[in-house]
Amino acid sequence: MSASDNSRPWTFYILSIIVAFFLLFLYGPMLVIYILSFQGDTGGVTFPMTGLSLHWFQALFTQEQIGDVPEAFERSFLLAAIVATATVVLSVMAGLGFRRRFPGAAILFYLAIASLIMPGLLVSFGIALGFQLLGLDVNWFTSALGAQLTWTLPFGLLIMFAVFGRFNRSYEEAATDLGATSWQRLRYVTLPILLPGIIGVGLFGFTLSYDEFPRTLLTAGSKNTLPLEIWALTTNDTSPALFALGTVTTIISFVVIGVSLTAIAVVRRRRSGGRQH
Amino acid sequence: MKLPTYAVSWLQVGPVALILILFFGLPTLLIAVISVFDYDHGQLFPAFIFDSYRDVFTDAVTVRLYLTTLGFAAVVWTVTFILGFTVSYFLVFHVHSTVWRTVLFLLCSIPFWTSNIIRMIAWIPFLGTNGLFNQVLLKFGVIHQPLEFLLFSNFAVIIAYINLFTLMMMVPIANAMGRIDPRLIEAAWDAGAPRWRIITDIVLPLSKTGIALGSIFVLTQAMGDFYVVKIMSGSQSATVVSALSTEISGLQYPPAAASSVILVLVVTAMVAAILRVVDIRKELAS
Repeated sequence: MSASDNSRPWTFYILSIIVAFFLLFLYGPMLVIYILSFQGDTGGVTFPMTGLSLHWFQALFTQEQIGDVPEAFERSFLLAAIVATATVVLSVMAGLGFRRRFPGAAILFYLAIASLIMPGLLVSFGIALGFQLLGLDVNWFTSALGAQLTWTLPFGLLIMFAVFGRFNRSYEEAATDLGATSWQRLRYVTLPILLPGIIGVGLFGFTLSYDEFPRTLLTAGSKNTLPLEIWALTTNDTSPALFALGTVTTIISFVVIGVSLTAIAVVRRRRSGGRQH
Repeated sequence: MKLPTYAVSWLQVGPVALILILFFGLPTLLIAVISVFDYDHGQLFPAFIFDSYRDVFTDAVTVRLYLTTLGFAAVVWTVTFILGFTVSYFLVFHVHSTVWRTVLFLLCSIPFWTSNIIRMIAWIPFLGTNGLFNQVLLKFGVIHQPLEFLLFSNFAVIIAYINLFTLMMMVPIANAMGRIDPRLIEAAWDAGAPRWRIITDIVLPLSKTGIALGSIFVLTQAMGDFYVVKIMSGSQSATVVSALSTEISGLQYPPAAASSVILVLVVTAMVAAILRVVDIRKELAS
């Protein structure tokens, strides 16, 4: 690692081994399913591999019995994009609001914490009951969207608290002293400084929604999202197609993570570059 | 026109408040209302009866469900705390290179961003009777018959929980540890404190916000789970919420609502106990 390695205490080596095992524990099983998703077309859900093929990936997009994976994927992706956008906009706004004292702040804070700790299936259950009583059909873009927001908004809010906690207010004061209007101050000073945190909230919102299962279970209605499709596969079907689906959604998650982290890195670099000029 | 500052705040927090009230507050109240309703064959009849509660409290199954759920939660909390604390301690205090720390931190947190169901299923070809783990042990002659308890058992449920939830414990702890002033530790070291005293007297107390936040995440996830226990125990074990999900699919809404209310009270009491020890809001903002 660094040049002073020879002076490491003995605990360093013991802890390194523990961390290595932890990483193996995190990634080992995932690697097994990625490998098995390339199982030969006569193979099963365990080793040995009978061959190497893309058969199970093809099966995802063609076989009727597997359900409608491509459409479920489109739905999940769109829903996640909506949830991410709403979470970013609404949590940044609420984060700004929480910087001042206002009547009801404590109540709203505890409402958000309560929403965060509520078991997901119960959120789903309550909303489904409500829609049934009102005579409305549950739908992925109404009830499921609302259900997911009860989970992503409190997360977004907590992140904004942490972000604003480290925010240095003197930049804003300087902007005001230099004659910026409150809109200019927000647009050109506050938001750009918060940008990495805001991208983080967006990434959180997107992946929490894209992978959300219990809150969508009773609220998505007849059109499945991807996690519901995966759930149907785990309970009905035990073919490597399930692993192929796992590999595909993991790749998509990784692309989203990669794009977000690159965006954060670009923002940071541009900022430190700007300082040198 | 100039609005008073609290009104500006209200406008800013308004949408979040509205969504939380509509999709969390009201549905939760509705569950409480339904729990005293009467029902028959999926039909609900407005009433004010406590039959569902009486059934929950008198049924011997309830005690067993809570014991199983709390047992899982206790084991999973203990393991995720020890693991999360150890890994965070290593990343924050032993890895001095920023690049390495970032890389290791990303490696630890990336699985959090992928599907829980997929990460859970991933254990099946690993732990099964013909799974990789058994095959490796057989090959090296450690065992002569495949181990049966690995999959579709409480052991499998706990392994999956630990795999899914450790990051939720680790990230807040690492965040709290990262804010500890390294000079404190140097001072203790210079004053001759042994390593374990530095951990128990400095690192542990100063990470308490992170530990509290992580514990809330892990405990509420473990208490609220139904699908990990269904799949990984092969439907042999049941927790409070997995039993609840069976009642919901059987259209037994009032009993399901009654046991929801009880569970929410239990979970809230646990979280309130944690919040009494640590004021998370104050600590987050500081």
